[in-house]
Amino acid sequence: MTTETIEGTHLETEQEHGMSTRGYIVVALILAAITALEVSTYYVDFGPLFLPSLIVMMVVKFVMVVSFFMHLRFDNKIFSWLFYSGLLLAVGVYVAALSTFHFFLR
Amino acid sequence: MAETTTHDAHVSSTGLSNVKLGMWLFLGSECLLFGGLISTYMLYRGRVSDGPTPEQIYDIPFTSVSSFVLLMSSLTMVLAVSAAQKKDDRGVNLWLTTTALLGATFVGGQVYEFTAFYNEGLGFSTSLFGSSFYTLTGFHGVHVTVGIIMLLALVAINKRSSVPGSKSETVEMIGLYWHFVDIVWIIIFTLVYLIPV
Repeated sequence: MTTETIEGTHLETEQEHGMSTRGYIVVALILAAITALEVSTYYVDFGPLFLPSLIVMMVVKFVMVVSFFMHLRFDNKIFSWLFYSGLLLAVGVYVAALSTFHFFLR
Repeated sequence: MAETTTHDAHVSSTGLSNVKLGMWLFLGSECLLFGGLISTYMLYRGRVSDGPTPEQIYDIPFTSVSSFVLLMSSLTMVLAVSAAQKKDDRGVNLWLTTTALLGATFVGGQVYEFTAFYNEGLGFSTSLFGSSFYTLTGFHGVHVTVGIIMLLALVAINKRSSVPGSKSETVEMIGLYWHFVDIVWIIIFTLVYLIPV
């Protein structure tokens, strides 16, 4: 098998990844709508839902960009493992660090 | 064995691109960097010995517009990656330039914001809040600036290239970096600007 064939197959697989232009625009519109909703929490009183709703919206936006724009949803799972391992390690380390300063008890 | 490689993709024992693997590893490690900066800000945001507090100084409508601009630059970046996969170099250059312009708008907004904050009395060493705020958002701004330089350099290289689609993997890698910068801002916008002390 020539390198050209292997790379051709690789490229073909790459092109199957991702979404159509229309799909990307739909994702961007959803992200824009969520951002507008986030900003609205600054003006509208969400009561006890304020903090949970902001955190949920932040996580949804994060996952949408990573999954659709960064193609992690369509790519090899190794990439997901690499990235989410780093992310979870970071979250774990810094939640532990913040806990030692009693941050969550304030 | 015929070697007719025309672009910079590499075949590895895993069947995956080493460049892409390296980029994801780099982004995973960047999570630790920004995690540290965000945690430090969260700890110190209420420590205002002198100068204005976050509530007194943040301009949420302005930052919301900046956030929207950066979010939309992720759309133009993914359209550049899509065009690169279709070997549409004109489309690639168009979308990369648009992304760089949107990024420059964001950085311009950040420079304006920093100047306004400084004029209102928040210097780098005014308080722990000021130090941690400028360090976090400044580091992010530097990342965006590096991204803009990479985008413009890629446009210049792409214009000189005679083989359509020869830089498709490079476009994808810079795209990953750019989207990462965007997701970091998604977190900063919520934790730093929208959640009060």
